Amino acid sequence: MATRKNPAKPNVSAEELLEYYREMLLIRRFEEKAGQLYGMGLIGGFCHLYIGQEAVVVGLEAAASEGDKRVTSYRDHGHMLACGMDAKGVMAELTGREGGYSRGKGGSMHMFSKEKHFYGGHGIVGAQVPIGAGLAFADKYLGNDRVTFAYFGDGAANQGQVYETYNMAQLWELPVIFVIENNQYAMGTSVARSTKSPALWKRGEAYGIAGQEVDGMDVLAVKEAGEKAVAHCRAGKGPYILEVKTYRYRGHSMSDPAKYRTREEVQKMREERDAIEHVRELLLSGGHATEDDLKAIDKDIKAVVNESAEFAKESPEPALDELYTDIYAKELPAGQEA
Amino acid sequence: MATEVLMPALSPTMEEGTLAKWLVKEGDTVSSGDILAEIETDKATMEFEAVDEGIIGKILIAEGTEGVKVNTPIAVLVEEGESADDVASSAPAADAAPAAEAAPSAPAAPKGPVEVIVPEEQDIPEGTEFKSMTVREALNSAIAEELRRDEGVYIMGEEVAEYQGAYKITQGLLDEFGAKRVIDTPITEHGFAGVAVGSAMAGLKPIVEFMTFNFAMQAIDHIINSAAKTLYMSGGQMGCPIVFRGPNGAAARVGAQHSQDYAAWYSQIPGLKVVMPYSAADYKGLFKTAVRDPNPVIFLENEILYGKSFDVPVLDDYTVPFGKAKIWREGTDVTIVSFGIGMTYALEAADKLAAEGISAEVIDLRTLRPLDKDTVIKSVMKTNRCVTVEEGFPVCSIGNHISSILMQEAFDYLDAPVINCTGKDVPMPYAANLEKLALVTTDEVIDAVKQVTYR
Repeated sequence: MATRKNPAKPNVSAEELLEYYREMLLIRRFEEKAGQLYGMGLIGGFCHLYIGQEAVVVGLEAAASEGDKRVTSYRDHGHMLACGMDAKGVMAELTGREGGYSRGKGGSMHMFSKEKHFYGGHGIVGAQVPIGAGLAFADKYLGNDRVTFAYFGDGAANQGQVYETYNMAQLWELPVIFVIENNQYAMGTSVARSTKSPALWKRGEAYGIAGQEVDGMDVLAVKEAGEKAVAHCRAGKGPYILEVKTYRYRGHSMSDPAKYRTREEVQKMREERDAIEHVRELLLSGGHATEDDLKAIDKDIKAVVNESAEFAKESPEPALDELYTDIYAKELPAGQEA
Repeated sequence: MATEVLMPALSPTMEEGTLAKWLVKEGDTVSSGDILAEIETDKATMEFEAVDEGIIGKILIAEGTEGVKVNTPIAVLVEEGESADDVASSAPAADAAPAAEAAPSAPAAPKGPVEVIVPEEQDIPEGTEFKSMTVREALNSAIAEELRRDEGVYIMGEEVAEYQGAYKITQGLLDEFGAKRVIDTPITEHGFAGVAVGSAMAGLKPIVEFMTFNFAMQAIDHIINSAAKTLYMSGGQMGCPIVFRGPNGAAARVGAQHSQDYAAWYSQIPGLKVVMPYSAADYKGLFKTAVRDPNPVIFLENEILYGKSFDVPVLDDYTVPFGKAKIWREGTDVTIVSFGIGMTYALEAADKLAAEGISAEVIDLRTLRPLDKDTVIKSVMKTNRCVTVEEGFPVCSIGNHISSILMQEAFDYLDAPVINCTGKDVPMPYAANLEKLALVTTDEVIDAVKQVTYR
């Protein structure tokens, strides 16, 4: 884990800091609630929580502009909330209800929002990487100056299709940012146990792709790196790799007993490197907010999350005839025509 | 000793070619490795090199000659002081008329030959002009027309652009549409299938060429998990309008890894549409429909059919709808259901059966998903018997599926069990005799028809 690069003098406004605080806290509280609903049997199947990694998406979303695209793996709740998707719709998808983003037919791992340019939610490790390059391919084809954030984990970084994609993305100079969320464990296998070359971003060098490592527990460092990557892509210089060093506090999924690491390791990260705590300190020490201000934010967020949980419980299950809808489109879904 | 130079086979499926140009003339001395001629195959123009040393004694086939069969003597190579006439037999053997086919033995059936009834074309306006085209030409023109019609359509694959297509399907497209829309990829099926799917989700309409569908196994995760399921998993928000196309099934003598029919594989997947045409007109009309369809379409072609000619209607915008089978000939005794190259056996069998007094109705499914079961059931209600024909493996085949439909929906009309004629349950062997045995044959179809008609 890289040491914190940003000292307590961030080049960022108080409003922005507060916004990052709010967004990261929303993700954390949302995920805690999701974990709770899972325990109650209201959410089924696989459920991969994002707790600990919040600064990654919040920092990168701060570097994105309207119309930029994002695509990720199955650990996707944080990405959806960070790009502005409604907490109610996400939670109701987790409970498999009609009010969910996919009307209950996708679940935790498969959600989409054309409006927010969120292209999933993919359950196959690594599949989102060429898809992300394909989104960027379309943007370049259409000449619309947009970039795509293609997120994947340290585990997916060992998939062959990632390197097939690197090759094409650089060959065709696609405006795609490959974001490796290195949370150090691919399910139960640590990076050290799965690769001899632990600097994952450097693998892009073989293809001529620029990249860097980023402290993923520092939202400002992530944002800064994201801005650099976005500028690179928008300047037509092709793809960029960000290896964001982060950490997940919870298990791989809800059914993971996490025997592959010690409690102490997790505890140490939480106490010493927590991304939300970091911003909280910056806000208080910089005089941008008082304890009371932050308490008020906590309260607001708790309300949003509780409301989403209520909605997700009360929204009806999909009608039975939904079983046979959306298998084939009669015409292209609204807004898809380029 | 004078030797004959024979017309070479330059591709797995080449049976004949055009002797495009001689690069030597009579009297020239050649040595091993010298280029003798340019030969145009169905796929490309190739240079043909001398193997032996000698003097070109005589050129037997003039340049520009089309349809020169493989192994036809095209020149005579002589040694110093020899004459071309020294060759024992310079008569082009392949030109000899084939021995007249033995007259069919008296039909066993009591009635005489049946009349062949070819139904009227349903969807083509009366008075439409037809032009003979190969499947290759029809497909090429369909792709070009769709690229012209919609700027969002592009084609991507290995060797589709500068090489002009490994099978010449994309010939000329790079020149007309440029490198932005006719895109050569690295050899990376898994990767470029995923890139194409992503671009479709973002509003483009990719045509992905797999050099053959055998290689699409590397990409099958994106075809099924990423392309076919997204609409459903997104609750109808995100579609994936994309066509995956390329040759499928056995070509000739390319062995087990290059000779598999994926019709049944893809037809199993909800969310995919699966097309497997037989005639050039259907290749054209169905391909254009495929590009316009808002769903992922698997378009299964056949290398052996590429060079086959059919009448194609001359229309500005000829499309054929999905889910409508075509009845190639009407009959009363048995229904033969097939698709793709299987139709070759089905139609040949029907011809031979007609001579024996058995009237077969031949149905070309054309699309496997959606599948026009109504046309099949209606036919079986008339004939009470059914034989299916395909080149794919027998287990969980399309024929198995048709049998199941007929059992469930037309049980009372069946006078015999449905027989599925398929490829054999073995990896494709290389040896010519074994390969022939592994594929479905016309004789097997005839035998099956006789079984179900109790002849």
